[in-house]
Amino acid sequence: MSDMKFTKDHEWIAVDGDVGTVGISEYAQEQLGDVVFVELPETGKAFSKGEEAAVVESVKAASEVFAPVDGEIVETNGSLEDEPGAVNSDAFGNGWFFKIKIADASQLDGLMDKAAYDAYTAELD
Amino acid sequence: MRYLPLTDTDRAEMLAAIGAGDIKELYKDVPADVLLDQPVDLPFHAGELEVERQMAALAAENVSAGSVPFFLGAGAYRHHTPATVDHLIQRSEFLTSYTPYQPEISQGTLQALFEFQTQVALLTGMDVANASMYDGATACAEAAMMACRVTRRNRVVLSGGLHPHYREVTQTNARFMGLTIDALPANAEGGENLSEHLDDETACVVVQNPDFFGQVEELSVLADACHAAGALLVVVVTEIVSLGAVEAPGNMGADIVAAEGQSLGNPMGFGGPHVGLFAVRERFLRQMPGRLAGETVDVDGRRGWVLTLSTREQHIRREKATSNICTNSGLCALAFTIHLSLLGEAGFTKLAALNHAAAVTLAGKLAAVPDVEIVNDAYFNEFTVRLPKSAAQVVDALADRHILAGVPVSRLIPDDPAVDQLLLVAATETARPSDMDAFVSALAGVL
Amino acid sequence: MANSIPDTITGHRGLQLEEPLIFEQDAPGRTAVDLPEVPEIESRLGNAARKGEIGLPGLAEPQVVRHYLRISQKNYAIDAGMYPLGSCTMKHNPRLNEKMARLPGFADIHPLQPEKTVQGALAMIDLCAEWLKVLTGMPAVAMSPAAGAHGELTGLMTIRAALEDRGDARKRVLVPESAHGTNPASAHMCGYKVEAVPANEAGRVDLAVLKERLGDDVAAIMITNPNTCGLFEDEIVEISAAVHAVGGFVYCDGANFNAIVGRVRPGDLGIDSMHLNLHKTFSTPHGGGGPGAGPVVLSEALAPFMPLPYVMHGPDGFQLAEHAGQTDAKPYGRMKGFHGQAGVFVRALSYMLSMGADGLRQASADAVLSANYLAARLNDLLTQSYPGPCMHEVLFDDHFLRNTDVTTLDFAKAMIDEGVHPMTMYFPLVVHGALLMEPTETESRESLEQYIALVRGLTERAKAGEAASFHDAPKYAPRRRLDETKAARNPVLRWQPPIDQAAE
Repeated sequence: MSDMKFTKDHEWIAVDGDVGTVGISEYAQEQLGDVVFVELPETGKAFSKGEEAAVVESVKAASEVFAPVDGEIVETNGSLEDEPGAVNSDAFGNGWFFKIKIADASQLDGLMDKAAYDAYTAELD
Repeated sequence: MRYLPLTDTDRAEMLAAIGAGDIKELYKDVPADVLLDQPVDLPFHAGELEVERQMAALAAENVSAGSVPFFLGAGAYRHHTPATVDHLIQRSEFLTSYTPYQPEISQGTLQALFEFQTQVALLTGMDVANASMYDGATACAEAAMMACRVTRRNRVVLSGGLHPHYREVTQTNARFMGLTIDALPANAEGGENLSEHLDDETACVVVQNPDFFGQVEELSVLADACHAAGALLVVVVTEIVSLGAVEAPGNMGADIVAAEGQSLGNPMGFGGPHVGLFAVRERFLRQMPGRLAGETVDVDGRRGWVLTLSTREQHIRREKATSNICTNSGLCALAFTIHLSLLGEAGFTKLAALNHAAAVTLAGKLAAVPDVEIVNDAYFNEFTVRLPKSAAQVVDALADRHILAGVPVSRLIPDDPAVDQLLLVAATETARPSDMDAFVSALAGVL
Repeated sequence: MANSIPDTITGHRGLQLEEPLIFEQDAPGRTAVDLPEVPEIESRLGNAARKGEIGLPGLAEPQVVRHYLRISQKNYAIDAGMYPLGSCTMKHNPRLNEKMARLPGFADIHPLQPEKTVQGALAMIDLCAEWLKVLTGMPAVAMSPAAGAHGELTGLMTIRAALEDRGDARKRVLVPESAHGTNPASAHMCGYKVEAVPANEAGRVDLAVLKERLGDDVAAIMITNPNTCGLFEDEIVEISAAVHAVGGFVYCDGANFNAIVGRVRPGDLGIDSMHLNLHKTFSTPHGGGGPGAGPVVLSEALAPFMPLPYVMHGPDGFQLAEHAGQTDAKPYGRMKGFHGQAGVFVRALSYMLSMGADGLRQASADAVLSANYLAARLNDLLTQSYPGPCMHEVLFDDHFLRNTDVTTLDFAKAMIDEGVHPMTMYFPLVVHGALLMEPTETESRESLEQYIALVRGLTERAKAGEAASFHDAPKYAPRRRLDETKAARNPVLRWQPPIDQAAE
């Protein structure tokens, strides 16, 4: 988890080569409550940083998941369609949303590391 | 005043508890120059007897359908409603409850809505239905907008057989949403080839069955053509009783059904409130507008119902919602459900057969009048008649003879000489042979 | 089972009767209607005749009556007790209204009958419109919208049509953060970009920020007044002037009109358009979620663009304008089939005639007085979000529940066990854990006192550390807390026949 980066909108991205795996943070899933539905992007679709790439819904809330960097979707986590609860039970693991081919790795530098993100969420409470 | 329980003593004591000298102090945030210090210029309060007299006097100026031979349809139909329906919907627990936001104390409404959704899905032959819309016309507009969301296309083709009000409501909404509407001209003779109007920008084709002129069609070929072009088929039904005799839209390939449910349980009521029905294929569920009741269990494991999938809706999604709809037609939907429960399969199909028989009988009698021609070859309980003179004038003359003869097509499609002599005539189970004979002989007298 | 009451053999509990679905009581061929034999005719259905069965259940009349009676008993209702849902105005629904709506001269008439046969119905709509215009101080009203949200859409479309007419449709609509969700949804459906306007510390629209956001691309502001925090927008006149100064219009969400009927005319506040929820302010029943009606009053500038149809005074009586060609005005289109919710107009008019100018004015005062009385009697224990007098509803936030392990939701569920409907929860969104209480003018002093006692009592319990009893609530309702996650994850939205039956 140490190479995980976070956005202010509570997405995480774990980088492996030029591909980043994206999900929502433990903090975000707690705020949402039981996740009941996840709308995933189409593979091959390109997004700019900050653009809405997926939607996550709980019983009482819907929230956009933004692309943390520019890039193209190379894979999505289809198992969430049957088991959206994985976002709650394993936000940093099986609850991942999509993999994105990173177009500009320098954008990662603008994101928070774990310690900075923890400090950020502590202030939100 | 009979609806206000607080006494002057209560008011004085409550003001004292608040620490206000008078009621004006509670309105202190209102700019002083706009706060009225006198009642507005309208009559003062009145007792039940006085109000009843005034309202009854207005009602008495109308010719009620039950008092004369009556043959109007065109989207609102006169059917007999069992006494049980009105008795049950007036139970306080149904009549005076809010939208079921607290499911633990709203199971009555929620169970009724779940039954309603099931009935609508069964009647239309679709997978799922919502908990109702305002009326058929608004449901039609919502269906067109939904088809655009589903297909991510922007062009909507409207059949010329679509009820003109449904067309106008859809056009109005589409214009503000930036959608393109291709509305085909009305044509009572049929022969419209909707498949020719499909292209790769077409989100859906909207077709009514039975159509505005009463014509009944088999739609499977059209459905196939729509699907081959990547478009959806939206089927509108304005007379829900027809589905007791006519094939369900879902069985003919419809993707969305938008219908008017007034015929079951609800009076014509001068046009409202009625109840919109909305049913879709399951794969489009998350793009559907409106409320949904869903089954679940409580903490003791007992079956119950809740409003569900509400993240589609405005109170959560705000401007990204599938629709701005909030209130639906809950009590009208309940009336629909109770009426249909009373009918059951046997009663509903027999009711439809009686309607069809009444229309066929009346058409036979009208066709025997010189210079009168029945336009449709296939119809349910409503058909179009070509008269030798202006249908509006004939209807007017027959109204003077205490017969409500039908709807002149020109009432809904003005300034079109081609429809000037067309009269829409409906015959339901409420039309007696003697009513038909009175109509036919009076018609012969005014032609 | 968590419940200490022993199970009964039937599953019923005295007057709480369990009831299966209507589909589970089917006996094929059974019906609750006796219809005559169908005459022999030659079918004219062509090739479109239905081929299969529909699958509707058959029951006799006594069974249907029991079924719907039993399920009705699982509903709370304003006729049963206090229903303080903020923003919803759950007031008494007079039965006289129902009786009038069922007169055959109103219920049994067709919307397309010749106008000369429905002069009374047209007069009824006209009279209802007249009352609404006088009460709001506005020159015109579009009667056809079916509900509040539909009225909002109508108002916004009218504004857009007026702007387009001057060749300047504009792009943005400003909506305060505290607005009902229908507001941004309606603006979006009208093709506008929605921009939120924050509230100031007093819970009102921040006039300074609003002025910064205003520009010549702003079509309108959608303001709610009194607002959803239960407060009168004290700078409404300045807000209207600022919006008008940039050529925009002021739309007002009239959901909270019940606070000011007969005391403040929106027309005097610079408002151009406002919907009226007849099912809130004018006592027509909510019916478990409709039908409502949402007539929209319009200023002189907007009136020409009013959608069809409407009632006009003609030389020979009342006339309907159903097509653009029948009027000199510039109607932008049509919102609904036929002429609007005529049956709801009958009910609202019966109410207005019953209450009169004096009664309506007294009702709004009583509604405001009752809400302020709740505030005065509760704000030592609960945390009222904004100081000062409120209008017809009072807003609390959940600060008073801090460190109790009791949430607003838990508190609401405990109220159910106490025999009242909970207040509106978690709305408006601008305060944390909102509890929005609207007693309306319907409640007697005794009823208010009982409500105050139970809210105080529950608050004391929560503060005394009795959180567990809240988590368990409700215990005495027909159902205990329902699993909404299960309902949403695996939606079951209709009854399906059991597998063995389906296989037959």
